[in-house]
Amino acid sequence: MKLYRSHVLVCGGTGCHSSGSAGIIDAFQAELKKHNLEDEIKLVSTGCFGLCAVGPVVVVYPEGAFYSGIKAEDVPRIVEEHLLKGRIVNDLLYHDHAKAEDVVSTLDEVEFYKKQKRMALRNCGVINPEKIEEYIAFDGYKALARVLTEMTPMDVINEIKASGLRGRGGAGFPTGLKWEFARKAPGDKKYVCCNADEGDPGAFMDRSLLEGDPHSILEAMAIAGYAIGSDQGYIYVRAEYPIAVKRLTIAIEQAKELGLLGKNIFGTDFSFDIELRLGAGAFVCGEETALMRSIEGKRGEPTPRPPFPAVKGVFAKPTLLNNVETYANIPQIILNGAEWFSQVGTEKSKGTKVFALGGKINNTGLVEVPMGTTLREIIYDIGGGIPNGKKFKAAQTGGPSGGCIPAEHLDTPIDYDSLAKIGSMMGSGGLIVMDEDNCMVDIARFFLDFTVDESCGKCPPCRIGTKRMLELLDKITSGNGEEGDIEKLEELGNNIKASALCGLGQTAPNPVLSTIMYFRDEYEAHIKEKRCPAGVCRNLLRYVISSDLCRGCGLCTKVCPVSAISGERKAPHIIDPDKCIKCGACAEKCPFHAITKG
Amino acid sequence: MDMIKVTIDGIQVEVPKGTTALEAARVAGINIPTLCYLKGINEIGACRMCLIEVKGARNLQAACVYPVEDGMVIYTNTPKVKAARKANLELILSNHDRNCLTCVRNQKCELQELSAQLGVTDIPYEGQRINYTIDESSPSIVRDPNKCILCRRCVSVCRSVQGIGAIGVVERGFKTVVEPVFDKKLDEVNCIYCGQCITVCPVGALREKSDVERVWDAINDPDRHVVVQTAPAVRVALGEEFGLPIGTRVTGKMVAALRRLGFDKVFDTDFAADLTIMEEGTELLDRLNNGGTLPMITSCSPGWIKYCEHNYPEFIKNLSTCKSPHEMMGALIKSYYAEKNNIDPASIYVVSIMPCTSKKFEARRPELAATGHPDVDAVLTTRELAGMIKEAGIEFNKLPDEAFDPIFGDSTGAGVIFGATGGVMEAALRTVYEIVTGKPLKAVDIKAVRGIEGVKEYEVDLGSVTVRTAVAHGTSNAKKLLEMVKRGEKEYHFIEIMGCPGGCVTGGGQPIVPARERMDKDIKALRAAAIYDEDKNMPVRKSHENPSVKKLYEEFLGSPNSHLAHKLLHTHYTPRSKY
Amino acid sequence: MKSIQELEQIKQRTLQEVNLRKDRKGTRVVVGMATCGIAAGARPVLLAFVEEVQKRNLQDITVTQTGCVGVCRLEPIVEVYKPGEEKVTYVKVTPEKAKRIVAEHIVNGQVVTEYTIGAAEK
Repeated sequence: MKLYRSHVLVCGGTGCHSSGSAGIIDAFQAELKKHNLEDEIKLVSTGCFGLCAVGPVVVVYPEGAFYSGIKAEDVPRIVEEHLLKGRIVNDLLYHDHAKAEDVVSTLDEVEFYKKQKRMALRNCGVINPEKIEEYIAFDGYKALARVLTEMTPMDVINEIKASGLRGRGGAGFPTGLKWEFARKAPGDKKYVCCNADEGDPGAFMDRSLLEGDPHSILEAMAIAGYAIGSDQGYIYVRAEYPIAVKRLTIAIEQAKELGLLGKNIFGTDFSFDIELRLGAGAFVCGEETALMRSIEGKRGEPTPRPPFPAVKGVFAKPTLLNNVETYANIPQIILNGAEWFSQVGTEKSKGTKVFALGGKINNTGLVEVPMGTTLREIIYDIGGGIPNGKKFKAAQTGGPSGGCIPAEHLDTPIDYDSLAKIGSMMGSGGLIVMDEDNCMVDIARFFLDFTVDESCGKCPPCRIGTKRMLELLDKITSGNGEEGDIEKLEELGNNIKASALCGLGQTAPNPVLSTIMYFRDEYEAHIKEKRCPAGVCRNLLRYVISSDLCRGCGLCTKVCPVSAISGERKAPHIIDPDKCIKCGACAEKCPFHAITKG
Repeated sequence: MDMIKVTIDGIQVEVPKGTTALEAARVAGINIPTLCYLKGINEIGACRMCLIEVKGARNLQAACVYPVEDGMVIYTNTPKVKAARKANLELILSNHDRNCLTCVRNQKCELQELSAQLGVTDIPYEGQRINYTIDESSPSIVRDPNKCILCRRCVSVCRSVQGIGAIGVVERGFKTVVEPVFDKKLDEVNCIYCGQCITVCPVGALREKSDVERVWDAINDPDRHVVVQTAPAVRVALGEEFGLPIGTRVTGKMVAALRRLGFDKVFDTDFAADLTIMEEGTELLDRLNNGGTLPMITSCSPGWIKYCEHNYPEFIKNLSTCKSPHEMMGALIKSYYAEKNNIDPASIYVVSIMPCTSKKFEARRPELAATGHPDVDAVLTTRELAGMIKEAGIEFNKLPDEAFDPIFGDSTGAGVIFGATGGVMEAALRTVYEIVTGKPLKAVDIKAVRGIEGVKEYEVDLGSVTVRTAVAHGTSNAKKLLEMVKRGEKEYHFIEIMGCPGGCVTGGGQPIVPARERMDKDIKALRAAAIYDEDKNMPVRKSHENPSVKKLYEEFLGSPNSHLAHKLLHTHYTPRSKY
Repeated sequence: MKSIQELEQIKQRTLQEVNLRKDRKGTRVVVGMATCGIAAGARPVLLAFVEEVQKRNLQDITVTQTGCVGVCRLEPIVEVYKPGEEKVTYVKVTPEKAKRIVAEHIVNGQVVTEYTIGAAEK
């Protein structure tokens, strides 16, 4: 067995991968070979570290030096200076934005990680996900062993119930209770499914888990199988996650080779097999019943409940469906106990939640925090605040199903119930931050546009209703809004919420209704004054040349693509608003900053 | 059966466990509005019309798929429910081609009825509507997606009931549309034109290709001798179009109306049905005695024939070579009848009134022109005939009963039962039994082959041989039966297959019964009962005893399966690919 | 996998390898690996420490490297930090000395005084 004195971990998650981490790995391999260090330095490709804003990320142990923004050209220097000479390369280290002078050298000193509690993400960025031995080294499959040899199915279910774990896919249904329903359903053939069809735009928690720690999901599903009496699992993963698919495939193979999946696991009479099912580009297939129809080979559309999947799911058999992140928490609960888990979080929402921070925030990436952490802490302490000194305007949780949270609610502790109370929802964990330059009407339009495209089309409220809502929003953002349009949106939105067949339709109006609730004045400005206060909605922009500042140089006239500017030399020029297409080229070109947008 | 108690709008009712809220409400005398619901065929909770408030549930529920539990409290008419229902209907209407005045379903449309019932007075959310091309490619069925409300009843019937799936739901969201695969037209896929989709469509999105104008033109053409024939199933359903109860026999009025419309002769396809029994019975006996291809399968249902050609071409050799009755009749009209009455066959125009849409396709099959002219020139559905009668201002219900014109208007009870599933088999057995055994058949009513069970089996001892027969109706049952035969699980001598579930009485051209009525009434059973009533009341009930049939053979054809009979009354078939 | 014992075996085997990546709470052995150190032969010393720690299956020991310690004439230099104790600096370390340091100081808590910088200075 090789003895390594140093481990170099290169992030192989999709984010860093697309920034070139594969090239970095190749560069390291070449350099280590050149310097004959292959037997001393272990090079590992791991899952997502979470601090995606500064990828590609390379961490060197045992020091824990956190290098960020690495390019392949930086590799020779790291090898020569750090690995050979022991001198950490300072200028390649991650520098905390908050403390510009301090050079941060190690992982746990980074502000980003200080307030996090990486429970579900414990192995991401630590192990090589393509090596089952590394998962085992960190107590992998030990929970399954314990479950099969020391616990009865009801013991397992009671432990999960006691932990207080709630579904991490968005609805927050108590997981232990769900397992109990599936166990109690009569039938000798049951299925365990994993919802890996993460569809919210901007959410990548599940992706990182599947890419970085696929075995935790496999182990959890096997435990669930034992608990409810099932021998077959399906992981429904979206085809847009090719790396996750690859890692899952390898993981399943390796688990089968070692007999941790398949017949008679650990010599007991429990058998469990897992198959992958790939999605095909439908957000609606993340809905429980639509997902199951899709596995059956039917059109991926929701079907009415009752009957509930626990009684009649895939192929009309009792089925358990849980989200990836929910499963990721299971092995630890079994190993460390329900009490260990329930000590983290709030009274009704136990444990941690993984969030994907995006939008106008410095530290875009993946964070895991105990439930109850406030929005302010996540955005400012962990997220590093808003870039360019802009003012926070709102945060959107729950993607196209969620509502926006304005500044007045920044100190809301994050948990299922408190977020629902202020008109939003936990959702699967996407957290988009918006600043003063975002138009809330435009944001609502963006989310509704997504929903309209993804609607399955089965029920009129969603199929036609959301389309009509989108048409109203298009009207408003293009400057044709009329009195009564906001009321129409509210009425239509509430009717859709009440009548739609599935969660997609029932929550589609949320972004619109919550932005109207908190930012009604923006809507009214669009309609009554034909003005977009944030300066986003194209049709409502007006480019104006200040007659005081204009020197009549004529540069703007030359650069205008539609000849909308006129004026004599040395005299103030004017823009014809009817011709202007609001491209902004003139404002950019003006050397006297005489052209403003408003 | 566990009974449970449920309270609906304050009324307590007792219903079996597992009943839906919709059914439970009916017990309480409340008719919750529905649109996509069609009992036994389409129960999917898609249209969101039947929403109800259930105490304790977070959201409104769809009553048609929501099973009630003991002690449940339901409200069907709260302000929230009413607002949601109306809003959804307004949304559907905002996406519908609302040219009702020119629509074939004007006054017979479930969407119109619902709009009136819910009191819709304006559409507040107008917006984009996609303009679809109307698919008029087939001779039988027209698809108009602009009128479609996406209730999916047609998809259910085609896919689950008939097991064909020629149309399906394509695209998603606002662009969802019901159409054949890969942008193909109906005549490019394996649609069999059975028209079941039309009979379940609540609106005008699916309708038959109209041949009414052509027929009016022929009638009004002084140089044309226009002869009409009527299928057995028409006479037990036509009355429904004039407000008569389902299953009323209106044979006499039907004949009177046809004469008033201006047809020169009114014949009965039942005559040709009797003829078919002679030809087909002889064909069967020939195969039985001389080692011919068995099982022999009936061929009077053009929907079944097209299904066989597309999906089971290996069974084409099993099909009887007999044409369907109305085609036989057409061939004889343009030969025997023309000769006998000194009329130039080229000037004869044969119109068949059929409960069927597939026969519009059948009439155009190039091989069905025994005399050099098409055997049948135009096929009208029962619905189209009713339309013509109304257009002519005839007060149908006040008409006296009249009789068919002689020779080709004389039929037996065996001929009339062709209209119900099992009818051809029963008619054939009545004749074959007596021919083979030489003994009179006392139990003329062979109940074993009647009824709505999908596949029926019957063995009859003919002395020299025990004939094993089977009857299937609807193409899913045809498939089930044929697969059993293919696998060698079953061996039959004679099989009757009807393309439509229930047989012709519930064919694609019959009057459309709205969903509400279909919740209580079994249309198949009611119309079939009328058929068997008609049979019981006929003086002659066996095909070989039809005196006019006997005369036809003596004077003209010679004997069943004679050379002339083959030329005029028999045909061949074409294997087709699926697409 | 037929038994939990097999699972445990894989865990132990691999743990030695990946333990490097976890928390550094235990004893730290820091080897000076600047140019002077390397020239004086610090790399074999580093490797010897790593090998010895792994051979003895010692938990919570991290062997790491650092840059120039300062006292270049006494290289190779190794500093041992034990929690709760004062740092001990060993000088002119060789692979053989490394093994003794592990056995006596790290395992048994007895500082090998003759190898320390204090002794060298005398």
